[in-house]
Amino acid sequence: MSTSLLVVQLFNGLQLGVLLFLVAAGLTLVFGVMDFINLAHGVQYMLGAYLAVAFYRLTGSFFAAAALALPASLLFGLAMELMVFRHLYARDHLEQVLATFGVILFLNEGVKIVWGAAPLNMGMPELLSGSVPLMDGLRYPVYRFAIIGAGLAVAGGLYLFVNHTRVGMWVRAGAANAPMISALGVDIKRLFTVVFGFGAMLAGFAGVMVAPILSVEPGMGDQVLILAFVVIVIGGIGSIRGAFLAALLVGVIDTLGRSFMTDALRLVLPPSPARAIGPALASMGIYLLMAAILALRPVGLFPTKGRA
Amino acid sequence: MFEPARIASAAAAHLEALSFEERFAAGLLVLMALLPVAALALGGGYLLLIGERAMIFAIAAVSLELLIGVAGLISFGHAAFLGIGAYAAGILASHGHGTLSLALPAAIVTSALFALLTGSIAVRTRGVYFIMITLAFGQMAFFVATSLAPYGGDDGLTWPTRTLILGTRVLKRETVFYYVALACLGAVYLLAGRLVGSRFGRVLRGITDNERRMEANGFAPYGYRLTAYVMAGATCGLAGFLLGNQVEFVSPAYMHWQRSGELILMVLLGGSGTLYGPMLGALAYQLLEEGLARLTEHWKVILGPLLVLLVLFGRGGIAGAIERWRRGELTVEGLWAAVTASLRGAGASMVRRWQRAEVAARGALALAMPRCKAGWATIAAGSRRCKAALSEARVSLALLVDRSVTGALTRWRRR
Repeated sequence: MSTSLLVVQLFNGLQLGVLLFLVAAGLTLVFGVMDFINLAHGVQYMLGAYLAVAFYRLTGSFFAAAALALPASLLFGLAMELMVFRHLYARDHLEQVLATFGVILFLNEGVKIVWGAAPLNMGMPELLSGSVPLMDGLRYPVYRFAIIGAGLAVAGGLYLFVNHTRVGMWVRAGAANAPMISALGVDIKRLFTVVFGFGAMLAGFAGVMVAPILSVEPGMGDQVLILAFVVIVIGGIGSIRGAFLAALLVGVIDTLGRSFMTDALRLVLPPSPARAIGPALASMGIYLLMAAILALRPVGLFPTKGRA
Repeated sequence: MFEPARIASAAAAHLEALSFEERFAAGLLVLMALLPVAALALGGGYLLLIGERAMIFAIAAVSLELLIGVAGLISFGHAAFLGIGAYAAGILASHGHGTLSLALPAAIVTSALFALLTGSIAVRTRGVYFIMITLAFGQMAFFVATSLAPYGGDDGLTWPTRTLILGTRVLKRETVFYYVALACLGAVYLLAGRLVGSRFGRVLRGITDNERRMEANGFAPYGYRLTAYVMAGATCGLAGFLLGNQVEFVSPAYMHWQRSGELILMVLLGGSGTLYGPMLGALAYQLLEEGLARLTEHWKVILGPLLVLLVLFGRGGIAGAIERWRRGELTVEGLWAAVTASLRGAGASMVRRWQRAEVAARGALALAMPRCKAGWATIAAGSRRCKAALSEARVSLALLVDRSVTGALTRWRRR
């Protein structure tokens, strides 16, 4: 009984980790290449989910909605880059934080105006709505497996893209030393735009994937954004590999902590304080992890830059 | 012995000795001190509440300015201290210990302890890592507050009453509370000013400017930064204590990360680098929020773009604008000229872009046209060749048929 619960929660943690990776990958690339803190990255995730719902209502098919929502979130990301973010690359981090904070306020409220403040729901594709038996008496929904599979596939694709293509090489070089590759004749402005749009699309993809299983509401991106920050800080800013490992770590630790912390505390504490402390400790878990890692390695597990 | 003229001249002499910044701040505080009179005249107790709120946030903003402007540490989790101060006093009050001698020290010491704990890790990091780690610690405090089930959890904790002073409920009177908040703000401003001007403050600024040089001079940055972080946290805890007192309520929303963002906004709106700037920024933000909220329920839709514009064009915030105006760099004509110039520039760049796009399109067309023509000619030649081959084939087929028929006929005749 307990092992089956553990297996289920492990899969849930993996699923959360994969989603976090999709959001964190764009964030870490944008920061690594452009030295730009984009708080508005979580909003891209929210918009992905909203666009998926909107297109789902229009077409009635999940796959059509996903196919339409991806290019739409790409276009939106490119438009935002062109209108706002492009002018912020040269500014200092404080101003970037403030401006992108303004973008968050605007988009969260704008979504409320367009789609209302109430949470929206979206149907699951029939193809993926069943569940599969894992062991006897234990079934796990196919859709969550599909999320894990899609996320891992994107991670694999991203690995090939970053490590084995010319643009990927520029991205890695840009993360290590942007002025240098600019001096070597790479059009860094265009590279920035490409990376930004790509990151926005990845976050949008994560939003599309969660739309059928979570309620789609304003502000849903903020929580993910902060978790993604934790992920990229743990993984080392600018490192895709670090983001991947840290995302899985954070996803699994957060999920397991939430489901088992209270029971684990009950082994050493009487029940009532355990019930009181358990949830608090569980929600602090990943932040404590981050604090511990930063105390030992102030630039994360896989730093990309030579300088701190 | 009472000689008003002498006192006035002495005050004037003191005023002369002050810098512009200090005179401005003093004027601001005097204005705030006169607000209750105005509120009495206008009959608006609501004005008083807004003023209290503005002053409380001004304390928080000044404490954040110590980090951002002086120590160069951009804290994105400063609202946590607001919540911690309010929770410490509120929890004491809910147990019946809401007296000034207990609640105020508890609020300040708890905030300082949290700052010491988190700061000892956060201050090791630099730049963006610091922003993110403070954000994460702020979230941590937020989640701890939401899981404080005995003290309201998500819903927050209602204080039984405002903090008792010497066992009396004197703080319940709004005017008294107002002047207590004002006195706190004045004390915080004075102390912060002394701190910035002290050796400690100058070392801190030196570290922000050039860490390596200060290290070479024998100063250990870690200790200075951590001390600044703890002081700022404790000061913000005082603001939290006042905020909780004002509404007699505390909830996790005090520590929401958007609140931290708003605090940064106040500092930058007012202008970092001065102490009166953040005070002014907190005041301006309260007025802005009130005004926009009256305009529309979705006031954040207006605030968001305003922030972006503030960052893109408003260098130095309000204090920066005042400074430029004092130096004569900022005049109405100059502003108008700048606006028209930038508009003209934008128009010109749009025209230029359009022209460039047109040229590019023409070029593409010019490049494509001959190819199109050549392609068409190839196709036409091919079809002509095809036709010729077809007619040739027809002729040869007819010839073949003819020949074979005549051959067969002659053979048949011969037989």
